[in-house]
Parts: sequence; structure tokens; C-alpha cells
Amino acid sequence: MPDSIPAGSAGVVSPTTTHFDEPLRLDCGVTLNEYDLIFETYGTLNVECNNAVLICHALSGDHHAAGYHSSEDSKPGWWDSCIGPGKPIDTNEFYVVSSNNLGGCAGSTGPLSINPASGKAFGPEFPIVTVRDWVESQARLSDALGINRWAAVMGGSLGGMQALQWAIDYPDRVAHAIVIAAASKLSTQNIAFNEIARQAIRYDTSFHHGHYREHNVVPERGLMLARMLGHITYLSDDVLHAKFGRELRDGKFNFGYDVEFQIESYLRHQGQAFVQRFDANSYLLMTKSLDYFDPAAQFDNDLNKTVAGCKAQFLVISFTSDWRFSPAKSRELVRALLDADKDVSYIDVDSEHGHDSFLMEIQPYHDVLRSYFSRIQRERIA
Amino acid sequence: MELRADQALIAEWIRPGSRILDLGCGDGRLLAALQREHGASGYGVEIDPENIVKCIANGINVVQANLDDGLNDFDDNSFDYVVMTQTIQAVRFPQRLLHEMLRIGREGIVTFPNMGHWKCRFQLAFGKMPITRHLPNTWHSTPNIHICTISDFEDMCTSEKIEILQRTAVDSEHRAGVAMRVLPNLLGEIAMYRFRRRA
Repeated sequence: MPDSIPAGSAGVVSPTTTHFDEPLRLDCGVTLNEYDLIFETYGTLNVECNNAVLICHALSGDHHAAGYHSSEDSKPGWWDSCIGPGKPIDTNEFYVVSSNNLGGCAGSTGPLSINPASGKAFGPEFPIVTVRDWVESQARLSDALGINRWAAVMGGSLGGMQALQWAIDYPDRVAHAIVIAAASKLSTQNIAFNEIARQAIRYDTSFHHGHYREHNVVPERGLMLARMLGHITYLSDDVLHAKFGRELRDGKFNFGYDVEFQIESYLRHQGQAFVQRFDANSYLLMTKSLDYFDPAAQFDNDLNKTVAGCKAQFLVISFTSDWRFSPAKSRELVRALLDADKDVSYIDVDSEHGHDSFLMEIQPYHDVLRSYFSRIQRERIA
Repeated sequence: MELRADQALIAEWIRPGSRILDLGCGDGRLLAALQREHGASGYGVEIDPENIVKCIANGINVVQANLDDGLNDFDDNSFDYVVMTQTIQAVRFPQRLLHEMLRIGREGIVTFPNMGHWKCRFQLAFGKMPITRHLPNTWHSTPNIHICTISDFEDMCTSEKIEILQRTAVDSEHRAGVAMRVLPNLLGEIAMYRFRRRA
């Protein structure tokens, strides 16, 4: 953390863990008899309990969305640019809740947790959870927090999928669904990228069919590769070019296979940093939830029918240079919402930062969010 | 928020409780007023991000789209009115767009600056492209690429089988006086039409 907490920061925050012992039957057929969810909150829940905003995280995110955990932190939470006093999601007005998804590796029950049935870590035996399962678990968290209806449920990428699923599954519990850089289902190309990432992990010799922890190793190379591949697909060619060009680390070719171009060095650094903080089994599981997500499958593959029962007002945002979750995918959702006569606003924000744009402080993007949240606030008071 | 005069007149034309699509809705003030005072609902379509931020602040649904790309996102007969104020002169395919408006809505409403107004004719008579309050740009910087006169517009409606249901021309004070009714193409600065497909 900087010497002093910057203005507009949610400040020093600490997570809470809640234990749930009502069994949760998952889409895959397995029942989790008990589980923990770890979450953070920013701001204060008002007496009417109608100022709560649920943040859903993406593939590699967690519950730490804003503020700092301690004075040792070099970086704040992953969506700190958006959440805090005076920020687009103004914690002076809203009570923000951000939880770690089941199957994750940041404190909610997942592959790293101890399986009560065996006394050992779940590892690869942890069941694959879906976006619907996450929404169900988050609904129970809402009950535990006394939140009957969210002022907004929002997220980017996989988080946006959760926001959409919330609006479908719990029409009466979501006032606004904010779906950013997401899709109502992945494109074939997107599933293909996920499969390469999974193969990289699963064919690492240290993977041991997912039981790597029992061998005191991690499939470092595989997870690194998966992250390197993911990372370049989250950015645009223009951004990579602007950042690294063809710059060489030593200023000359060494005619070998070690790191030469700066982009190679950057990718390796990104990969290594990721290995330190993320579990390979969780990564595999999360990519599967992404691939499986297709709420229209329950409604004759008709997206119009899928959203017909939604009561939330929607804000859909895409980014022009996002080729992993392209604007066309967001427009499909918008079209279905229009056809179903739902309240929806949509903007395709001009940005060169690719899919990662949703995490960045891009002026028109933040202006839209700020404007939208002021509107939610006005409706809430009215 | 005050409505522009042509917008205020549109509010008088529209039946309460209608579903409206406002193409090139700007900051959304027309739709916001129609929602507030006439029980209307619907969407604005706008291209400019700053305007979209304002639309959201004004409490209307707004969808970003370029009118030149067509209106495929909207179903047939899904609106009572499709409105386009002071925008038709800036789109690439006005004719196509008018048909799109009537595909999506039961009736269309357009307003545009009338090139037949005497001030425009006067400037042209002296060999200059007109620059007026409603056409403020020089010929090389104007976004208005399809300017027409009241007479031109009505010719096109005839050839395109579009039935004009209501016409008003207003002057610079946005009054629709007797003179405007007698000589709309000469004295009207802004032309306003409500129309539908000819049966």
C-alpha cells in the first residue's frame, strides 16, 4: 500500500467467511453438503436493505475487489478503480458485496479445501460448478446478509455471465443487471482457447491427474502456459505493439531460444506471477464453467424466451477491441432483451485494451457506470 | 429540461402510453419528457458516447448504434412511433431508413431543417451555400449530407408510397402561424411530418 491510503479508496478491508450447512445440489449432480464462502463488503447496508450491489468476479478474480488488505499490499483489489467513496460505484451510497466463487482458490470452498468425507484436500475431485451453481450459492449468501433484493448485480466477463444468470434465476431479487464484456454463451473460438489452456495444464508432467499437491509439486509450466495464452487473448494486438513492439531485451539477437523479445519476458513474468497465486485445478474448473454457460439451453435455445421472465433493468457494455468476448456477442443479448421489451441500455465503448478493458479506468466507460449508478440511487430514493 | 420546439410539438402528436423508438435521440430529453408526462415507454438510439451518458442520467433506455448500419436489432411492428428529429439530413440512406422506420413502427415522425426556406434561397441566389441557425456548418464541415426542401420530401413520400398524416412547418421562433400553413416551403424553417405506409 502507498504510505497513506489514497483518496477514494475503500481503505483497509478484511474478508469474512460464512459457513453454509444446507446442502447445495450442483448442476453436475453432486451435492455439496457444506461449504464456505469468503467475501468482502465495502460501504454500509442501509436500514431498508436496498442499497446492496453484488460484484461477481471473472476467471482469475476473487473476493478482493477494492481497498487494501494491509499496509504491505502493493496493489489494491482488482476493481478498485471502480469501487470506493466517490468512485463510479460509490461506497458512500452503496453497500458492495464481493464473494469468491465456489471452486475458486482464494478462500471459498474449492479444490484446495479439505473434503470432509475423506479428510484430504478435494484436489481434482472437487465437482465442476456452473454459473447457475454460483448464483445459487450467492443467493444463500444474500439471505445470510439479509439482502432480499440487490440494487444491482454486476460483473465483467465470467462475472457478467453471473449477473445475467441472476436476472434469469431470481427476477425478483435483481433491480439492475450490469453485464460487461460478457456473452450469453462462449463462441467456439473461445472454447477452443480454453481447451488449449486446459491441455497445457493437464499434460504438464507435474499435474499427476490433479493430485499434484500430494506430490508436493504444482504444474507450474502448464499453468504458466495457460495464463500466457489467456493473457494475450485478453489484450489487443495494438496494445501489445504499443507496449512492447519488437523491442529486444539485450538490444540484439542472441540466436537462441531464451527470452529475447520484451514481450517474451513480459509473458513469462505474467505466467510466473499467476502460478504464485492461482491453483491449477481451480483454473480448469473455472474454464469449464465458462464453456458450459448457456442459459438459453434451458429455453429451447431461444435467448428471447430465456430473458422473457427477467424483471431487472439491464446495462450491457462491450469494448470495441475485445475479440475474446466480442461486441457482437453483447449485441446478441441486447437484441434478445429488446425483442422481449426489457429495459436495456447498451454501449460499445471505444477502447484499444481488448477484453481487459473492463478492468480499466476508461473515461467513457466509467462515465456510463457513474451515470447509471446515480440513476439507481435516484430510483432507490424515489 | 426544456424541449426543442419541434420536440414539444411531437409531444402533442403522440398518443399517451405509446411505445416509442427515438432515432438519434441526443441527450434523451424527448423520450424522458414523453415517459414522464405522457406515460410513454421505449428506447433511444444514439451513436455519441457523451450523449449516451446523458441519456442514462435522464433515465431513458438507450442503445448505441449507427443508423447507417440499419436497424436490424428491432423487430417488425414493435413500436407505435419511430421518431427521428433533425437527424435524417445526416444519415447516408434516408430513404432506406424511412422504410426501416415504417417496418419497425406503425407510424413515423421526422423533423428536418427546410432547405426551401427563403433565407436559404436568398443565400443561394447570391451563389453561396446557405448557413442558417438550423444549418450552421460550412459546406465542407457539415454532417448534413442529405438536405432537402419540404417539396422534395413530399415528392419522395409520394414515390415511396408513404402517406403523410400530419405536417407542420415552424419558423425560427417555432411558431406555426397562418403564413406557414399557406407557404410552408418558403416560410417554414423546420419541417415536421407524421406518416405511415400507404395502405
